[in-house]
Amino acid sequence: MSVGFVMLCHTALDRAAQVARHWAERGCPVVIHVDRRVKRTAFDRMRQSLEGVADIRFSTRFACEWGTWGLVAATQAAATLMLRDFPGVRHVYLASGSCLPLRPVQELVAYLDARPRTDFIESVTTEDVGWTVGGLNIERFTLRFPFSWRKQRHLFDSYVRLQRRLGFRRRIPKGLVPHLGSQWWCLTRQTLSTILESPDRAEHDRYFRRVWIPDESYFQTLVRQVSANVESRSLTLSKFDFQGKPHIFYDDHLQLLRKSDCFVARKIWPQADRLYRTFLSDDAGGQASGEPNPGKIDRLFAKAVERRTKGRAGLYMQSRYPRANWENGMTAAPYSVFEGFADLFENFDIWLGKVAGTRVHGHLFAPDRVAFAGGETVYNGALCDAPALRDYNPRGFLGSLIWNTRGERQCFQFGPGDRQKIAPFLARDPNAQISVISGAWAVPLFHANANFGEIRKQAARLQKIEAAHLEVLRAADAKAKVRIWTLAEFVENPMEPLQTIIDEISPRSLRRLTEAPRMADLTGFGQFLQNLRNQGMQPVLMGDFPAGDDPRPLTTRRGRPYLVK
Amino acid sequence: MVSRVVNIRPDDLLLVSTVRNEKVRLPWFLRYYRDLGINHFLFVDNDSDDGSREYLAEQADVSVWATSAGYKRSRFGVDWVNWLLMRYGHGHWTVVVDPDEFLVYPFCDTRPLRALTDWLDASSIRSFSAMMLDMYPKGPISQHPYREGQDPLEIANWFDSGNYTMTRNAAYGNLWIQGGPRARMFFTDNPERAPALNKIPLVKWDRDYAYVSSTHMLLPRGLNLVYDEWGGEKASGCLLHAKFIDTFTQKAQEELARKQHYANSHEYRAYQEGMAASPDFWCKWSEKYINWRQLEILGLMSKGNWA
Repeated sequence: MSVGFVMLCHTALDRAAQVARHWAERGCPVVIHVDRRVKRTAFDRMRQSLEGVADIRFSTRFACEWGTWGLVAATQAAATLMLRDFPGVRHVYLASGSCLPLRPVQELVAYLDARPRTDFIESVTTEDVGWTVGGLNIERFTLRFPFSWRKQRHLFDSYVRLQRRLGFRRRIPKGLVPHLGSQWWCLTRQTLSTILESPDRAEHDRYFRRVWIPDESYFQTLVRQVSANVESRSLTLSKFDFQGKPHIFYDDHLQLLRKSDCFVARKIWPQADRLYRTFLSDDAGGQASGEPNPGKIDRLFAKAVERRTKGRAGLYMQSRYPRANWENGMTAAPYSVFEGFADLFENFDIWLGKVAGTRVHGHLFAPDRVAFAGGETVYNGALCDAPALRDYNPRGFLGSLIWNTRGERQCFQFGPGDRQKIAPFLARDPNAQISVISGAWAVPLFHANANFGEIRKQAARLQKIEAAHLEVLRAADAKAKVRIWTLAEFVENPMEPLQTIIDEISPRSLRRLTEAPRMADLTGFGQFLQNLRNQGMQPVLMGDFPAGDDPRPLTTRRGRPYLVK
Repeated sequence: MVSRVVNIRPDDLLLVSTVRNEKVRLPWFLRYYRDLGINHFLFVDNDSDDGSREYLAEQADVSVWATSAGYKRSRFGVDWVNWLLMRYGHGHWTVVVDPDEFLVYPFCDTRPLRALTDWLDASSIRSFSAMMLDMYPKGPISQHPYREGQDPLEIANWFDSGNYTMTRNAAYGNLWIQGGPRARMFFTDNPERAPALNKIPLVKWDRDYAYVSSTHMLLPRGLNLVYDEWGGEKASGCLLHAKFIDTFTQKAQEELARKQHYANSHEYRAYQEGMAASPDFWCKWSEKYINWRQLEILGLMSKGNWA
């Protein structure tokens, strides 16, 4: 027999016993270590349940608090017992009580027989590990850790800080190069016995007794002294999440585990009946294929960690409510805001929807109602057109809209006549593409059938609001993609800016605009502005429209002002 | 009072609920939570006269306490619940829900509740968020009568997927979530009065804890931090709220007559008015419920780092 298992157990002893029996009955000796903190009665029950099974031993019990020397001491004692009592064993496999074999034992035996001198142990220099939690790599070997990380976290942390400040360093014994790695290894008799019987063992043990988490470094470091044939990986599939605690396998992982072709997996939820039933039966496995291939499982867990640490961009929900600047995407997708366009062009939303092939809303933040595209009263996600609901939480409203429609770019109109509370959010959102024709709000006023006194009042109000808004858009912390033209500039040459905006909205179409939207009639607009001036108001945001000198390109080419081809 | 609390074992999963004339809902409710793995139920019966108490008293895994004190005087049942939790909940994972609330959590179709609580324990997490999701039928509510023992989600199987807003409550640190069909139908003019949907119904109870207002928030405040503030997502679930089935119209009238309910019965009065006009929550953007994965994709709940 070539492989023997050392099992470190502390909970779910019934499951551990089940696995131990499985291995032992298939000819692999098992040495079981049970944490000394486990109650006597539970321990006795486990012993009894395994009575009569040949080739199972129980080793001297040590207290195994996580991160302490006890785990190494337990491993040493159990491994020594294994080597002594089972001379036929060539590889010793270190497993835990929550491990489960995924492939028949014969396949593991065959695999190891084909590699009789190979030591399977993840062993990485401290500079190269990226997975340690708490930033302690080399410091595990050079600081002292008298306090329990689990029970005295505060003392633990402050003592580490103190030592750093004082520049305290322990001396690493001569000849040792610190290595770290998974504690679940499989070593050859030669290698293991050399470590355990080394003349320097007392010195090594004395040193490692005070190293932090020695079970991830003792054998991983010493194996480099004695073995010429280290295969730096673990045969046990064991994944850790971002807090450094192992991922747990459940019944619904059955297919993934089966396809992983790994020999042993941890950690299994003790009540995963289906996993235990399936993998501990003899017809498990079957389609044996050489090398373990945990890629799929790796990806699954990597995704889970990403979900926990980064989350989904633009999502605000019960368990994701990022602080300012931690949103990782203030909204879920890019969107476009058009200011003044609907005032200058007739049926701008219909035109835009056609050329950009996307959803174009009216004024979403209009005071009287939410102008969803197509005049809908309810929209994606059952968003409601009631203005009070929207104004109750404008950010939430916009965030929901963009989230609900992800995959389909949203465009909407905005202007000084709208509710302004959302504006600072728009300006800060890198997903917002904001295009402004400043002063365009004067065009509908110009066409309005209203008393001039009223018009003048409106103009003053809108100009004040828009001026403040432009200031927000131009602020240093604005992250939106903002483009601002005065009405005069835009009227002079409308096609180029339109083309730029459309290209950004649908970059793949790469079509040249052939049809311009229909511009409102501006004949007499200069005089209109002059009238405002004469009434004591100062219209500035629309740029320069000399009175009596109407914009020429408009009058001559109305409807089809420009053709860029 | 029928107490079987002596049967509670140290690591049992407990469920605490208050009922008033819910007999018709109870069989399915018990079945649902037994299937999830609840070991013992603790009920407060608020003066039922429909046989609820007698029915509960017959159940081997149920303890039931009777009271005839007003719901309002007991701060909407919270005092009773806190008392039961203090007496019997210490050291247990406890679920606190109403008989029309059904807990859904990541992997609930393949993993029992114990798998979740074990994972929460291992992750040093003490409280688990499950936002309330109002479920409703398609068509007027009275069109689909509910039979005792039936899964209410067979009838009320539609929900609003993306019209929820939230703010942080500075006093208790919890999120204040509003929205859904009730806000859309009944509170378009006064959204601030729309009911709160944030809930923390699953807690590893300690005798020093207390629910402050229904299961919306807890003390100490740290228990309300069920959300991540640095961009990530914590694991969370949903409470499918099958309130809107045909017993409702009658119940709303009853509650209004008693004037016992929340906020001077604003909520119920709004329902009354809304229901009288057209009691149909369904709209063309309503989402039909499939499973927890659907809720996860929609962003209503999250697996967090549970895989």
